[in-house]
Amino acid sequence: MILKPRLEDLKIIGFYLGKIILGLAFTMVIPILTGLFCKELNPALDFIIGIEISILLGLILLSVCRTDKDLNWMQGMIVVSLSWVVAMFLGAVPLYLSGHWKSFLDACFEAMSGFATTGLSLAQDLDHISYTHNLWRHFIMFLGGQGIVVIALSLFVRGFSGAFKMYIGEGRDEKIMPNVIHTSRFIWMVSIVYLVLGTLALGITGMFNGMKPFNSFFHGACIFMAAFDTGGFSPQSQNILYYHSFTYELVTIAIMVLGAFNFRLHYHLWMGNRKEIFKNIETRSFFIAVIITFSIIAIGLRQLGSYPSAFILFRKGFYQLVSAHTTTGFSTVYSPQFLSDWNPLALIGLILAMALGGCVCSTTGGIKMLRIGIIFKAIKEDVKKIIMPEKAVFNEKFHHMKEVFLNDKLVRGALIISLFYIILYILGALIGMFFGNPFMESLFESTSAAANIGLSCGITGPAMPAALKITYIIQMWAGRLEFMSVFTILGFLYATIKGR
Amino acid sequence: MKKNFKLIIITLLLILTLLPQACFSGSISSSELIKNAKEHDGKVVIYSGEAIGDVMVRGEFAWVNLSDGDNALGVWLSAELAKDIKFTGNYKTRGDNLEITGIFNRACLEHGGDLDIHAQKLRRISPGKEINQSLQPDKKNLSLILFGALFLIWILTLFRHK
Repeated sequence: MILKPRLEDLKIIGFYLGKIILGLAFTMVIPILTGLFCKELNPALDFIIGIEISILLGLILLSVCRTDKDLNWMQGMIVVSLSWVVAMFLGAVPLYLSGHWKSFLDACFEAMSGFATTGLSLAQDLDHISYTHNLWRHFIMFLGGQGIVVIALSLFVRGFSGAFKMYIGEGRDEKIMPNVIHTSRFIWMVSIVYLVLGTLALGITGMFNGMKPFNSFFHGACIFMAAFDTGGFSPQSQNILYYHSFTYELVTIAIMVLGAFNFRLHYHLWMGNRKEIFKNIETRSFFIAVIITFSIIAIGLRQLGSYPSAFILFRKGFYQLVSAHTTTGFSTVYSPQFLSDWNPLALIGLILAMALGGCVCSTTGGIKMLRIGIIFKAIKEDVKKIIMPEKAVFNEKFHHMKEVFLNDKLVRGALIISLFYIILYILGALIGMFFGNPFMESLFESTSAAANIGLSCGITGPAMPAALKITYIIQMWAGRLEFMSVFTILGFLYATIKGR
Repeated sequence: MKKNFKLIIITLLLILTLLPQACFSGSISSSELIKNAKEHDGKVVIYSGEAIGDVMVRGEFAWVNLSDGDNALGVWLSAELAKDIKFTGNYKTRGDNLEITGIFNRACLEHGGDLDIHAQKLRRISPGKEINQSLQPDKKNLSLILFGALFLIWILTLFRHK
C-alpha cells in the first residue's frame, strides 16, 4: 500500500528548502557588488530584485514550515531535487531582467544549464552583456559544480544526519572526510585555492595575448569557473575561439582535466599521495577512454581531410575531445563546423566521449569512469570464469582510493545508472527527431544536455521549440542529480495522487 | 560609328565599375562563411561587423573579433590597421562598425586551424559610441515594492516568534 505524504512531510521539506533558498540568495551578493564596482547600476538592480524575491520566498517557507525534525531519506532526496528546480527559477530572474534572453523559459534554460554545469546557452547578443550578468552565468556554474546543497551544508547547517541524505541526493556518494559538512568545506577549499591559481594563470595568459588587464583577469576568473566546474560557458559568444591562443587552450585543458578528477583524488594529491593518480581505476579508465575516443576522432577527421596538417588535426580534435570527455563543453570550432568538418565517425567518437564523462565525486556529468571501470572489471571476471577451470576460485578487485573487491551490488549499481543514462540520451534524441532534426544531430545535442556537456552542433538556440527547451532542461537536471532524487520526487508525486 | 563608339565606352565603364562588386558580391555574412566555408576558403571576401571585446595586439599584428549579429569572426590584421579601431563593443559601448577585405581561411594553417580572415583593408563604416545607461524606473520601483514586502514579512516573523 502506498501512503499519501503527510502534512508533516511537506513542512519538513519546505523548511529545509527555505534554508537552501536563503543560501542561494546570499550568493547573489557577489554579482551585486560586481555591478556596483563596475558602475553597472541596472544589472545590479536586477540582482537586488533577485535577492529580494529569494529572501522573501526563503523566509516565507521557514516561517510557514518551521520544524525541529530531521530529514528522512525520502525528504532529503526531494529537498535536493526541488532545490535545483527552485534555484533554476530564482537564478533566472536577474538573467531575464537583463533583456538578453527572449523569454523567461530561455532564462530558466540558461540558469539550469549553469547550475547543472552544462554550458548550452540561449543568450542573445552575449558580446554586449554586462560584467555583472556574465559573472553570474559563470558563478552559478561554480555553485552548481560544487553542489547547491553543498553551499548550504558548508555555510548554514551546523550538523544533522539529514545533511548526509541531501549530500547523497546531489549525485555524490563519496565522503572525503568522516563528516559531510567537513567534506563540503574541503570541496570548497580545494575549489577556491584552484580558483585563485587558475585565475592568475589565465589572467596572465590573457595579458600576454594582448587583452586589457581588467578584462584578462575577469575572463580568467570566468573561464576558470567554467573549466574547473566542467561547465563550458564563456564570456564571449565565440567561446574559446575568441582568444586565438594556443597557450590559452593548453591552460584550459589542464583545468578541465583537474575538474574532471574525483575530489577524493584531489585530497590524496594534496596529502602527497601522488601514486594514487596512477593506481586509481577512474584515472586509468579516463586515460584509456581518452586514447580510444581520440583515435576514433582522429581517424574520422583524417578520412574527411578537414584539417590541413597533422598538428592542426591534433589541436582541433584533441581540444574538442578533452572538452567533451571532461563534460566541459568549451569549443574552438563553430557549432555548424561539427557537421561540415567532422564526419559521422568523428562525431560518434565525440558523442561516446560525452556519454562516458569524468570521475564520480567531481563536477562532471555522464556515466562516469568509476562505473565504466567496474563494468569492464565485471566483464573480465565473467570471461575469466569461462576460461579458467570450474573449481578455480578468484576475486576480481580494483583500486579506488583503497583496494576494493568486486561484488554484485557494485556491478548492479554501476549498470543501473549507466542504463538510465543511455535511456536518457536516447529519449532526448527521439524527442529531437520528433521536432524534425536528423538522428546524428539529435543524439549529439541530447547527449550533450543529459551528460551536462554544452557542445552544440546547432540545434540549441533561442528559436528552437519550447518543448525541446523543456526536454533539455529536464535532461540537464536528471543527468546532474544522477536520477535517484529525480525518481524520488516522481514517486512522491505519485504517492500524493494515488496514496491512501 | 560615333554612336557605336559611345555605346562601347558606356558598356566598358559599366563593366569596370560593376566587376569588382560582382567578384566580391558585396559583404558576406558570418553564417554563410561558416556554413559554406569550403567554397570561400582561400578567397578574398568582404566582411563587415562590429568590433567586439578586446583588440589583442600580438607584435606587428593584432586580433580583432567582428560580429555581424549572428556570429563573431576572428580577423588577423596589421597592428597599424588595428590602430584605426577606436571603440570595441561591450555592455557600455557600441563598437566601430568595420568593413574588412581579406583572405578567408576555413582552417588557417598559420593559426592552428582556426576559421579566420586575414585582413588586407579596413574601412570604418560607422564609428562606435558609448551607450547611455540611465537607471530604469520600473526596476527601481519593483525593488522598492519587494523591499517593503520583505520588511513586512520580517516584522510578521518577529511577532510570530514572540
